[in-house]
Amino acid sequence: MHQKLWCPRHLEMITSRQFDDLRAGFNANLVVAASVGAYGSVLGLMAAQKGLTWYQLLIMNLSVFAGSAQFVMVDMWLPPLPVAEIILAVLVINMRYLLIGASLNPLFQSTSLRHKMGFMHLVADENWAMTMARFHKGGTTTWFLLGGGICVQSAWCCGTLLGHRLGAVIANPERWGLDFSFVAVFTALVFSFWSGKRDLLPWLITAMTAVGAEALLPGKWYIICGGVAGALAAAVLHRGPGNA
Amino acid sequence: MLETTPQTLVWLTIAGAAAVTYSLRIGGLLLAAKLPKTGPFKRFMDALPGTILLSLIVPAAVAAGPIGWLATVVTALVSLKSGNIFISMVIGIVIVAIGRWYGL
Repeated sequence: MHQKLWCPRHLEMITSRQFDDLRAGFNANLVVAASVGAYGSVLGLMAAQKGLTWYQLLIMNLSVFAGSAQFVMVDMWLPPLPVAEIILAVLVINMRYLLIGASLNPLFQSTSLRHKMGFMHLVADENWAMTMARFHKGGTTTWFLLGGGICVQSAWCCGTLLGHRLGAVIANPERWGLDFSFVAVFTALVFSFWSGKRDLLPWLITAMTAVGAEALLPGKWYIICGGVAGALAAAVLHRGPGNA
Repeated sequence: MLETTPQTLVWLTIAGAAAVTYSLRIGGLLLAAKLPKTGPFKRFMDALPGTILLSLIVPAAVAAGPIGWLATVVTALVSLKSGNIFISMVIGIVIVAIGRWYGL
């Protein structure tokens, strides 16, 4: 129950299966990590212009580890720092992690609290999506999630620091379609969750709610609105045998 | 009184943002473990990964314009036919990049 996650003695006890999952998770996220790195370099450049030092940026990466929230933080970075406003903005943008964290519950079933607390920090949209898709298809472990998190976190740190020291590696990622890479990876994964015709109506409701909310509400509320509306519809509509 | 030098404010902001973000991540997981595992709650949680993912996709795809719609559809079709996430992704990005290059 109380495994010592971060001490060397435990590291020796990582089984080869766990290590394989860790490596598979890392590899699965490599392509999207390239885009993460390119966007990181844009953030790094912005941060340098706003007067953040490289180590402040690095510690922000390691501790906050949330792309869109960090862009907003750096955007609001004007002295004297509006501490409360920035933290509130981060709370609102990252609210979706409440849902994302909740959806990971089946994967973390029968793991210790210490394991949960250690592994949840490196959850980003990208490695979450990769892990859930694999979990639905044939099952995987939290190590796959962690491997992806390490991959994305490494790319994020390298990209931001490179951008901070040398300027943006790719000044305009949109020109190369890199903004689309996030849509592309999520689109490639979404059908793993399609369980048949009964999903049609909940998914239509999701899409319409998300588009409507995106037009009407600021920030990232549309993810929560669309996700909750669709899942509520499924909870109401999916009654019948096998869905108890 | 806590002295609020600019340095203090920097670390306070980063620490606050990190605490808030981590609380949401771990909070969602721990809350879900407390929810009932049957009935409507289960159906809600089962549907959630797909609907969150769809909510991430649709508004962004719509905002990307006609070339983005095309790329999204092609990515989806390739993913369905081949089951290869890597290939489907790269094809989608290349379509958008070519489209942007020609100013579509």
